[in-house]
Amino acid sequence: MNTRFADAVSRVEVEDLFYYEAELLDSWQLDEWLTILADNVTYLVPPNDKPNADHRYTLFTIADDSVRLRERIIRLKDPNCHAEYPPSRTRRFITNVRVTAIEGDTVLASANFSIHRFRRGGTHQEFVGQYRYTLKRQHGMLKIAERRAILDAEELGALGSVSFIL
Amino acid sequence: MDDRTDPYRNGRNHPLVVENRSAMSFQVRREVFVSRDVLEREQRALFDRCWIYVGHASELKSPGDFRTRWAAGRPIIFCRDRQGAIRCLINSCRHRGATVCREREGNARNFYCMYHGWTYNVDGSLRNVPGEEAYPPSFDKTKMGLVVVPRFESYRDFWFLNFDRDAPDLVTYLAGAKEYIDLVVDQSPSGRMEIIGGVQEYDIKANWKLLVENSVDDYHLVATHATWLNYMRNSGVNIAPPKGSGLLLATKGSGKDLGNGHLTTDNPNYRGRPVARWISVYGEDAKADIDAIRAELVARLGEARAARVADTNRNLVVFPNLVINDGSSVTVRNFFPVAPDKMHVTAWALGPVEETEAQRARRLHAFLTFYGPGGFATPDDVAALENVQQGFAAWRDVEWNDLSRGMARNDDQLDTDEGHLRVFWRRWNELMEEAA
Repeated sequence: MNTRFADAVSRVEVEDLFYYEAELLDSWQLDEWLTILADNVTYLVPPNDKPNADHRYTLFTIADDSVRLRERIIRLKDPNCHAEYPPSRTRRFITNVRVTAIEGDTVLASANFSIHRFRRGGTHQEFVGQYRYTLKRQHGMLKIAERRAILDAEELGALGSVSFIL
Repeated sequence: MDDRTDPYRNGRNHPLVVENRSAMSFQVRREVFVSRDVLEREQRALFDRCWIYVGHASELKSPGDFRTRWAAGRPIIFCRDRQGAIRCLINSCRHRGATVCREREGNARNFYCMYHGWTYNVDGSLRNVPGEEAYPPSFDKTKMGLVVVPRFESYRDFWFLNFDRDAPDLVTYLAGAKEYIDLVVDQSPSGRMEIIGGVQEYDIKANWKLLVENSVDDYHLVATHATWLNYMRNSGVNIAPPKGSGLLLATKGSGKDLGNGHLTTDNPNYRGRPVARWISVYGEDAKADIDAIRAELVARLGEARAARVADTNRNLVVFPNLVINDGSSVTVRNFFPVAPDKMHVTAWALGPVEETEAQRARRLHAFLTFYGPGGFATPDDVAALENVQQGFAAWRDVEWNDLSRGMARNDDQLDTDEGHLRVFWRRWNELMEEAA
């Protein structure tokens, strides 16, 4: 990485953002999470059989624009969100953080994740995969403009629903 | 199966479904959701005798295309052979049993068994056996192709298999379900629908029959899908039942018996349809396009039929385990039991082949407002069915499910009644008793 890249954004800054996000999501501080998202954020979970597909032509598991993502948060905070009530306990491990490209105020970054999800009755699931982020610098802060969570599992199978924020 | 271990041998002494029309009661014994014996009998009574959905012709575009999947408890290769014919082969080597195709999908010149190297053509015929000279004269290569399922037929590009050689043909079997498949397919100007790429495969820790019920049960919407209704309300969609109507939902729908155990809901739409009823969720700029789609329908089908296609929803069950939900979008949903308390679900999106990029994107967006493991509704259905299954652990103490809702109505059953659920259970019981 040349000096200009390093000046624009450091891996440490990106890591800090990802770790902060993980903490917010694991502690269900969902309104605070919205504050680190760009206004036109997109949140994508591709289907397990087409991890690199485009959501405009392919049926995804989740493909939220910013309007629907805000509705998703309203839903997740509602006790009538039965799939997440009581809320799952989750713990995210974020590793292999890399800044992969910088173009103007846009930063592309990736990270591996392992998310453990626990529910009553002994249910333990592990969602493993890679995040691909598009980050934008807005008012000096890095904000999440696109967030793609790609699962390594061949099918959801025993993972069941993706009812929490992956 | 050893009959001595089957406590259901005598259906009259231990009925699983009890209907009393004069007393207006309808009960299903909870044991049917937890018993391994019942599941084994279902395999013989239903999955070995009924037409079971395999796949859609659009999934096999070119000669050599294949998809591997499970149907009726068997590993299946659904493929298009080199001559262009759609085939259904059992994915098991004739030599010693290994699956000969291990990829999810692709295009094959042949199927190769990695155990001893037997190679089959895409039409299933045996092409090559390494060291063939060691086989005795009685070994006839022409009779050692992959086993073809006994019956394999299609209706409007939906392909089904049947392991019962004596079964009635598919079209006869489908009975009244044909009309509802037609309503789905009529969304396409050329009558060609296609499975859209991207499959949703997930397990539900619940008996498979609970998803049959859930897929057509509109009574559960208000409680189970409160957050989805809230999302629709927030988006400006009118979801309120008309004042004084006594209805639970915004429109008066019905639940219908289509014969042979098939059933459907048939509901005036309030939740939007990509073909072709605009709602605010689609955005203002989609209005003109939806109008144009509708105009095409009217020109092709006439006002009445166009209104039927565009303004009504249907959640269709093709007995026993295919669901086509033609609501917020179209989903083809197939599921099968892997244990009494666990099923595997495969769901696809279906759309007209002619759709523009914008129309396809809108269809997929509309799909995810409700359906699928990341949708705003399906995860709560999964939670409901898993809760139900947990409750069934007390099946010895709380023996019966009540499905009498709507029985006192003389007129047609509402979608929020259980008349259409009873259609499934009557047919299920009939076939189970025949197999007892």
